[in-house]
Amino acid sequence: MHSLIRKDEKFLIEEIRSRRDIELMMIDDRKLTFDLGRDEFPFDVVLERCINHSRALHALKLFESAGVKCVNNSAVALICGDKLLTSDALTKHGVPQPKIKIAFTEASALQAIEEMGYPVVLKPAVGSWGRLLSKVNDRDAAESILEHKAILGTYHHSIFYIQEYIEKRGGDIRCFVIGNECVAAIYRTSEHWITNTAKGGVAGNCVLTDELRNISLQAAQAVGGGVVAVDLFETENGLLVNEVNYTMEFKNSIEVTGINIPKFIVDYVVGIAMGKSDG
Amino acid sequence: MSKTIACPICDAEIEKPNDAIQGELLTCADCGSELEVTSLEPFSVEEAPQEEEDWGE
Repeated sequence: MHSLIRKDEKFLIEEIRSRRDIELMMIDDRKLTFDLGRDEFPFDVVLERCINHSRALHALKLFESAGVKCVNNSAVALICGDKLLTSDALTKHGVPQPKIKIAFTEASALQAIEEMGYPVVLKPAVGSWGRLLSKVNDRDAAESILEHKAILGTYHHSIFYIQEYIEKRGGDIRCFVIGNECVAAIYRTSEHWITNTAKGGVAGNCVLTDELRNISLQAAQAVGGGVVAVDLFETENGLLVNEVNYTMEFKNSIEVTGINIPKFIVDYVVGIAMGKSDG
Repeated sequence: MSKTIACPICDAEIEKPNDAIQGELLTCADCGSELEVTSLEPFSVEEAPQEEEDWGE
């Protein structure tokens, strides 16, 4: 299931088409309709590669209701698509992460920020690609940003997700977890405090240490598993999980890691289609 | 069938990739605009949709 077909999707399509035992059907989410209670779909598994999180989440749920297996499933999409739900899942499973505070009004958010101490990072609970992140350095900035979010944003911008600011020493780490395996990891480096490659961050290979494997697998399991990209910070006290992505982008990571990530993904999807619980 | 068309933004020549897929993102080498392949036969592109608030991973 796709929207625009990016390089990531092209790699997956090429991998799928290289296999004689897979018949590929392309589902464009812009043309997709559901007839609730009446749908019958002629495929074993849906590999979700939508750009729109909202479409992906709802389509996955409806495919599952019609008896179709999905990678990733809607429960994983729900948790990973919302940073509040992700952090809650990580907390429940004891996965190390930065301090998080949540508030629902400007006044309580300001109080939470002051309790945490400056600087903090304000993020939309639902968002990606480094969009609308705010590094809040003092009270003046906090008051201004909170007011802007409350007045100019839609209602979900008044779910104030406040994260402890972690000094990233030039970058962060992304670990690709497929099923029960960490297949590869990259450093993302940037002069800017936001290191998303969408914002200009540059990918380089990262060695998979035991610590990195363990925490990444823990994080993947906390959100329900599947094909996920775990983003982590390195600190003096060890690794912290920042977020988990469920429609992971990997096109810039194949060459730098030397790992055929699309092959791992397709192997996993085939496993799910054949009834294996872990791909 | 023509394998080259004009960029809808800057009119530069765009060649159909051999492995083009409908829905694929292309970038115009001249103006850098992101384009979507809307048809393979005949080959056609439109300016790609702009980023929306819920786009991402």
